[in-house]
Amino acid sequence: MPRVRSRNESPLVNMPSDAYIPQRDLDKLPILETRHLGIDFGGLTAVDDFNLVIGRTEIAGLIGPNGAGKTTVFNLLTKVYQPTRGSIMIDGQDTNGMSTVQVSNLGVARTFQNIRLFSNLTVEDNVKLGMHSQIKYGMFSGIARLPGYWKQERIAHERALELLSIFDMQDMADKKAGSLPYGAQRRLEIVRALGTNPGLLLLDEPAAGMNPSETVELMENIIRIRDTFQIAIMLIEHDMNLVMGICEGICVLNFGKVIAKGTPEDIQSNPVVIEAYLGRRKE
Amino acid sequence: MGKMIKLGKKRSVNLTKTRVVDFSTYLGVVLAFLIVDAMLRGGMLSRSFSGQLIPICCYIVMAVSLNLTVGILGELSLGHAGFMSVGAFSGIVAAMSLQGSIPSEPARLAIALVVGAACAAVAGVIVGVPVLRLRGDYLAIVTLAFGEIIKELINCLIIGHDENGLHVIFNFNSSKTVSDLGLTENGIEIIKGAQGATGTQMISTFTAGFILVMITLVVVLNLVRSRSGRAIMAIRDNRIAAESVGINATKYKMMAFVTSAALAGAAGALYGLNFSNLTSAKFNFNTSILVLVFVVLGGLGNIWGSIIAATVLTILPEALRGFDDYRMLIYAIVLILVMLATNNSRLKALLARPFASLRARAAARPGKEAQ
Amino acid sequence: MEFLSYLIIGVSLGSVYAIIALGYTMVYGIAKMLNFAHGDVIMVGGYISLLSMTSLGLPWWAGVLLAILVCTVLGVVIEGLAYKPLRASPSLAVLITAIGVSYFLQNAAQLLWGASPMSYTPIVSGSLPVGGLSISYISLVTIVMCVVIMTALTLFTEKTRMGKAMRACSEDKGAAQLMGINVNRTISLTFAIGSALAAIAGVLLCSFNTSLMPTTGSMPGIKAFTAAVFGGIGSIPGALLGGVLLGIIESLAKAYISTQLANSIVFAVLIVTLLVRPAGLLGKYVPEKV
Repeated sequence: MPRVRSRNESPLVNMPSDAYIPQRDLDKLPILETRHLGIDFGGLTAVDDFNLVIGRTEIAGLIGPNGAGKTTVFNLLTKVYQPTRGSIMIDGQDTNGMSTVQVSNLGVARTFQNIRLFSNLTVEDNVKLGMHSQIKYGMFSGIARLPGYWKQERIAHERALELLSIFDMQDMADKKAGSLPYGAQRRLEIVRALGTNPGLLLLDEPAAGMNPSETVELMENIIRIRDTFQIAIMLIEHDMNLVMGICEGICVLNFGKVIAKGTPEDIQSNPVVIEAYLGRRKE
Repeated sequence: MGKMIKLGKKRSVNLTKTRVVDFSTYLGVVLAFLIVDAMLRGGMLSRSFSGQLIPICCYIVMAVSLNLTVGILGELSLGHAGFMSVGAFSGIVAAMSLQGSIPSEPARLAIALVVGAACAAVAGVIVGVPVLRLRGDYLAIVTLAFGEIIKELINCLIIGHDENGLHVIFNFNSSKTVSDLGLTENGIEIIKGAQGATGTQMISTFTAGFILVMITLVVVLNLVRSRSGRAIMAIRDNRIAAESVGINATKYKMMAFVTSAALAGAAGALYGLNFSNLTSAKFNFNTSILVLVFVVLGGLGNIWGSIIAATVLTILPEALRGFDDYRMLIYAIVLILVMLATNNSRLKALLARPFASLRARAAARPGKEAQ
Repeated sequence: MEFLSYLIIGVSLGSVYAIIALGYTMVYGIAKMLNFAHGDVIMVGGYISLLSMTSLGLPWWAGVLLAILVCTVLGVVIEGLAYKPLRASPSLAVLITAIGVSYFLQNAAQLLWGASPMSYTPIVSGSLPVGGLSISYISLVTIVMCVVIMTALTLFTEKTRMGKAMRACSEDKGAAQLMGINVNRTISLTFAIGSALAAIAGVLLCSFNTSLMPTTGSMPGIKAFTAAVFGGIGSIPGALLGGVLLGIIESLAKAYISTQLANSIVFAVLIVTLLVRPAGLLGKYVPEKV
């Protein structure tokens, strides 16, 4: 995969700070653009002046030590928290005042650090719930089982199995989501998120709890998902092999502030990042 | 875009398991009705038992509809009887007012049920808007509060009907009586404040009860298996995840709550038209609790269980008539013991040991460990 | 003048609610359960004190002490037999069990003492003339009792070892256990205190109503729980504030608006309060962590 970077000479002149976007996405509207994003929790600033631009087919990484505010950024992007300052543009649209549901309809989907599946429902139903907004029939059609119900449910069923087949999970369709092994639950969360037909997929520690070979498989799958669906993926991850292996642009967060942005090579050699992770060397 | 993913092997649409469950539920209810109805016609049922048939239908509908709120939506409601009350009294008013214009009793009953359901649905919206913003025990206590408020408000109603239409007085400081309605001499007094509805024409039938149970089952079971029902259960399992995939939690909570209220209203109308005298005190906190007990003992989300529990627990206190003074005490003890037996893991393990092989077989069937 | 006397009635009625609410709020705080049987413990307290005065001929203070003793034991026994086995169960199961216990107590009382109301002689009678008002001694006793209990409980939970253990358990049982706190004993103690308070409340409530029947406790129980929620459940000052406010609202609503709708008005105030402050007046709202 070509890792072409362009810095500052990008056509997005309005970008408030350095932005790293793959060359191929440069002439298109970025899927996500945040400006001076920040949130305070009762006087405590959790995230401050967070600026980021993500290209339409980019795989981006958000890393940083524990407690740096990475998940808080995801919660801001999905409007679980309303930002105190700054703006979030999804697909060129300002999301000011929008709810989680509205942002989801704009095409932002996510997974959760602590898995949040609909654990009493089947795997297939979990995926169908991801597709909720695309299944078009109302409460009455459902109760009266009008033709629309049968048609839409059939389409949804086929599409759900198709999505599950990304991770080879179609045989688990009838199992209860809560009964799946841990790794499968993480994968199911991704499938459910894909069901919403997103333009930007946020993955919160997708490799947590996975062994090295599972992680490698996950990396391949993430790239495959991006290539198949042509979407942007942003991930929080502590596994540096994964981050450095597949992310095209990386943003490093510490104490709620961006301390570095760049390509994996830039980040790996950045002294500020090394200090944030390992601490200052005692002279 | 989906074409680019390799398709998994096509499998048959697997709705079979839920279909079998639903179908056997319907079939069971139909068979039970046919048998009981035949026995009723053959005069094989005791008076006290046949008098219980319509209330049993009402309580089944109440239990199934409360299961929608508590089991499917996952919100504890302690005021379900309030909706039954709204349905009962609005149904009585509708049926009594139409006495002159619609001679057919079944038609009047049907209209009364629809009116009861509609009024209870409106009450459901009014209660649901504030209640559904709260969570957990706070929500529970507020539903309880609404149940009591509905009871007291209905206690203040004086309603009559004559050729000029309905006359309604809200008697909030006990200063008014029925004579203040100003009815003409052909008028009928329908609801008399704290005395409740008296002289109601009893037009409820067992067949109507059966039909209402069937309608309730179709509504609840089909709702649960549809897109909306999935959304409702998703909110129960994880509200934040549900919102993250674009499900409007408020909308679907409201949908479940109002549907549940409407069904309770229809049950109330059927109940109200089964007795010549009825006061709103009948639908107090204890009735809400009674129905909740049906739902919990039958199993949360388990529609079959609600039907059985409602039937057995409505008949049981009657069957215990012989013990008279002790029957409610026995009922309380049975309730506590059942809860302990079904929820204590140590006790469960102890009970399960003799049935180890049985349980192993049950465990082999997936999706059976729901409770 | 009239207003003032209604206000005093409200405050003393509210003090009874507050004492019940304290028991409710402590049990809820630590066991996270709606103890619907709490109201019925009040009723038992009422009967024990009444019978020890009438049948046993004991002086009133001995009757009260006996009631406290019986209710404390009853509370601990109920907790041990019915609630402890369900500690890890879904809260709905515990709730239904509590309802079962409530039914049991009501029906047992009905078997033992009959369903018809018994007349209750107030533990103190007479009233104190203040200006144009006459304030009944029982009102004064109730208000004083409430303040004393409230102060004692606050000191207990703030200063003593057991009190701190109690607060620790209500925050996080697992962590408390790891710190060497005997969680089961702490919960039993909470039930004991709550039930002792219920007994006192029972005596005061019956002295107000001057009558007693097996269902006497259920409505005050529910209202006291409302008071606890109103003030902010788990908070001791919240229970006091909620109870007293509820008493005042009820008394004034009865006097000036409608006797029939007094309870509705009380509940309506609760609903409105919860909409504005989802955790009650003094409770703190903790949003779900994502």
